[in-house]
Amino acid sequence: MKSRKLKALMPTGRHAVIGVPFLWLFLFFMLPFFIVLKISFAEADVAIPPYTEIYSFVEQKLQVILNLGNYVMLSEDELYISAYLGSLKMAFISTVLCLVIGFPMAYGIARANKDTQTVLLLLIMMPTWTAILIRVYAWMGILSNNGLLNAFLLHIGVISEPLQILNTNLAVYIGVVYSYLPFMVLPLFANLVKHDLSLLEAGSDLGSTNFNNFWKITVPLAKNGIIAGCMLVFIPVVGEFVIPELLGGPETLMIGKVLWQEFFNNRDWPVASALAVVMLAILIVPIILFNRSQAKELEGKA
Amino acid sequence: MAVASGAYKKALEGDQKPKEVLVKIDRVTKKFDETIAVDDVSLTINKGEIFALLGGSGSGKSTLLRMLAGFERPTEGRIFLDGQDITDMPPYERPINMMFQSYALFPHMTVAQNIAFGLKQDRMSKTEIDERVAEMLKLVQMSQYAKRKPHQLSGGQRQRVALARSLAKSPKLLLLDEPMGALDKKLRSQMQLELVEIIERVGVTCVMVTHDQEEAMTMAERIAIMHLGWIAQIGSPIDIYETPTSRMVCEFIGNVNLFDGRVVEDMEGHALIASPDLERAIYVGHGVTTSVQDKQITYAIRPEKLLVTTEMPTCEYNWSRGKVHDIAYLGGHSVFYVQLPSGKIVQSFVANAERRGARPTWGDEVYVWWEDDSGVALRS
Repeated sequence: MKSRKLKALMPTGRHAVIGVPFLWLFLFFMLPFFIVLKISFAEADVAIPPYTEIYSFVEQKLQVILNLGNYVMLSEDELYISAYLGSLKMAFISTVLCLVIGFPMAYGIARANKDTQTVLLLLIMMPTWTAILIRVYAWMGILSNNGLLNAFLLHIGVISEPLQILNTNLAVYIGVVYSYLPFMVLPLFANLVKHDLSLLEAGSDLGSTNFNNFWKITVPLAKNGIIAGCMLVFIPVVGEFVIPELLGGPETLMIGKVLWQEFFNNRDWPVASALAVVMLAILIVPIILFNRSQAKELEGKA
Repeated sequence: MAVASGAYKKALEGDQKPKEVLVKIDRVTKKFDETIAVDDVSLTINKGEIFALLGGSGSGKSTLLRMLAGFERPTEGRIFLDGQDITDMPPYERPINMMFQSYALFPHMTVAQNIAFGLKQDRMSKTEIDERVAEMLKLVQMSQYAKRKPHQLSGGQRQRVALARSLAKSPKLLLLDEPMGALDKKLRSQMQLELVEIIERVGVTCVMVTHDQEEAMTMAERIAIMHLGWIAQIGSPIDIYETPTSRMVCEFIGNVNLFDGRVVEDMEGHALIASPDLERAIYVGHGVTTSVQDKQITYAIRPEKLLVTTEMPTCEYNWSRGKVHDIAYLGGHSVFYVQLPSGKIVQSFVANAERRGARPTWGDEVYVWWEDDSGVALRS
C-alpha cells in the first residue's frame, strides 16, 4: 500500500511532458512577474539596483515592509489615470478599426480559391517578417511634413500646405492599425474558412437576404474568431510603446510611454513596476475572454 | 417492414384526381464553364406528388435541384412554378424550401430558433411564429427538444428539425437533397416511410434527389432517371423496373441479365430473338417492331424472373442448360450464378422459402428458364 502511494507521487514520463511547459511558464513568466510585483512594493533609492529591499533579516527578526505608496500615487496622480485611459481608448479604437478593415479582408481570403488564398495569406503575413521598428520608421517617412503622403497630396493639388500628421494621435492610429492588422485577419480567416457555406444557402432558401444572412449567420458563427482577433490586437496595444513613441506627439499619452519615462528617465523602478502590475490587472479580463474563446474554438463547437 | 409505401399504394390504386401541373421545367441546360451538367431537360411535376430525381454522381440531378431552389441559374431554358416564370427569381423570394443533405441547421440557434428563422423573414408577429413553431415541432414529434442546439441531437432528430424548418413556411414546393444521405441504414428505412407520411399529411409537392434506388422507389410516386445530364426515363417505380426503355435504365435499376441478339422472326403476336449466348431462341410474347436494317436487340431479364430447375424444360424456347458457378446466400434469398454453355454467367434469385430444402449446389448441372413475358426487349 505504502509503496503504491509513494509511486503515485513519483514523477512519471507523463508528468515530465506536462511539466516542461509549466516550468517554462514558471521561469519566464511567473518568476519575472513576482520580481516586478516585489519591486512595485519597494521604495526608490539611489543605489544599484535603484530600489530598497522589501524585507530584512536583522537580529533574528524578519521584517517585510510593503510600500503601498506607489499604488496610492497611481490612483491619485491624474497623469497616470489619463495615461491608462488614453491607452485603453487607443487600444479600443484601434481594435474597432482593425475589425472593420480586417473582417472584409479575412472574408475575402476565406472565400477565394485555394491558390489565391495562399498568396493573399502570404501578403498578409509578409510585412511581419520585417522588424516592427523598421516598419514604423518607414511610416515616419511617409507621414512627415515633407514625407511621401504630403508630397503626393501637394503635387496633385488637394492641399496647399503640408498636413501635420506625424506626431499626432492620427499617426499613432495609422501605425497601430497597420502593425496589428495581421493579428486580426489571421484568426478571423481561420474561423471564416471553416464555415459551412450551405448554411448561407439555407438562409436564403428560408427567405433571408444576403445582408441578413451576414448578420444573422456569418457574424454569430464568427464570434470566437472576432473575440480572438480583437484580443490579439487590444491586449498588446494597451501596452504599446514603440509606435506612440515614434509616431505620436505630446498629446499622445499612453501607459507604455509613461512606463518608459518612469523607468529610464526618472529611474523610479518601483513606480514603473506598479504601473506594469496595474496594467496587467486591467488586462486580466480581456485575457480571460481571449483564452475562453480560444478553448471554445479548439473544441470546434460554436 | 411490411408497410406499403404511399407511392406504391397510389400506383396500385391508380390516380382518380386530374393532375395539375405545379412545376414546369422547359428545356433547361446548365453549363459550368465547358462541362454540361444538365442537358436540355424538360419535365413537369404535378401538384401533390413526390417526384424523385435518381442518378449516379455527376448525373446532373443535384444541379437540377439547385436550379429549382434558385442557387444556380440555368444557362438556357425556363422554370415555371404555378405558371409563374421563376427562372431569374432569387432563392429568398421563391416559395420553395429545401432540406439540405447535411441538413444545414444553424449551429448557433436552438431547434425552435432554427424553425422560426424562415418565419421571421416574413415579418410575422411573435405569437404567430411561436404557434407555427410549436405546430411544426409537434408534426415531427420534436416538441421536447425545442431548446436543444443541433449538436445535441442525433442524426435522425436533426433530420426531423431540418424537415420542420423547411415545412414551416408552407412552401409550394419542398426539395429534398439526398434526404437519407447522412443516416445509417437501419434508420433510413424507418425515416423514409415517416418522411412520406409527414409530407403527405402536409400535402406539399416534393422533389427529391437521391442516388439510392430503393429510397426513390419507396418514397416517390414518379422517378426520373438521370444520366450524364439528361433524363433517361420518367415513370412510376413499377414502370421503371418492369418496363425500362433503355439498357442504361435497366442496368441502373436493380440487377439484370442481358442477352445481345438479333431479331430472327418478328410477327404481330410474337418475336424470336437469337442470341449467341443462348443455344435456343428467345420467344417474346409480342411484336418488337424492328427496322429493316437494324435487327440488333438486347433482351433483358431480371434475376428473380430467371428460374433455376434441375429438370429439363419441355418447351422449345426460353431455356438453357447451365452449371452452378457460384451461390451467394443472402438470407431472404440466394443468388445463383449459373454458367451457360457459351461461358456467359447469368444471375438468378431463388427465394429461400424453406429452411433446408434440397437444391442445386456448386457444380451441378441445371436449367434456367423464363416465361414468355418475363423479359423486356430493348432497342437501345
